[in-house]
Amino acid sequence: MSGVITVVLLGKLADLAGAPSLQLPAPLDWAGLQAALPEALAGALGDPRNRVALNGALLADKAALHAGEGDEIALLPPVSGG
Amino acid sequence: MPPRIQMRDIRLLDQPFLPAMLIGPFTQANPGLGGVCTFVGEVRHDAKEQGSVEALELTHYEPLTLPGMHALADRAFERFDLMGLLMVHRTGMMHPGQPIVCVSAAALHRRDALGAVDFCMDHLKSAAWFWKREKRAKENGESKWHWIEPREQDAADLARWQS
Repeated sequence: MSGVITVVLLGKLADLAGAPSLQLPAPLDWAGLQAALPEALAGALGDPRNRVALNGALLADKAALHAGEGDEIALLPPVSGG
Repeated sequence: MPPRIQMRDIRLLDQPFLPAMLIGPFTQANPGLGGVCTFVGEVRHDAKEQGSVEALELTHYEPLTLPGMHALADRAFERFDLMGLLMVHRTGMMHPGQPIVCVSAAALHRRDALGAVDFCMDHLKSAAWFWKREKRAKENGESKWHWIEPREQDAADLARWQS
């Protein structure tokens, strides 16, 4: 049995997903993540202002994502201002 | 000159706090200071026309938010001649009038204390990993949650420090 990857959704991306986190089957690359997410969320990922972190480290290049069993991906929309 | 001992207290709190309970001990922990500057931010009520704010919820992402605040404190210590720095930020559900952030800086001279607090606040508001949504009352008496989007003013506030 293959393991899972946790996808944490922050801010309004959690609303698009309908949940604060999702579990997806490992492994996932960038194309695989987009294909596995609900359509509204996958569309939002293309926005360059939305950042991606893998295990707490921001990715300089989202397309370079490679996540395996037990990893945590965070999808981070722009932070709120004052 | 021997390196001066620097005192720092950087925290996220998920419960209401009393700023005086932080500022007193912080000041005590920095004997010999020449000045201490403190900023406390509270949840605004805002004007009735926009629909009064009933609640504010702050979400953070544990692996990034607190490390980001420590990195901000590092930069404040590099930029200003500080003895101590206190940076406390709320997360979770808050109501108008409740403190949301408290930053206090102790230094030998006032400009370092004043500048460090201003610097930390601009970065906490615009660049720290927090997502805010507020619950506003509508005219029909219902309430609705809205995510707070970045503002142009936030970018301008940050640009002040990029020299």
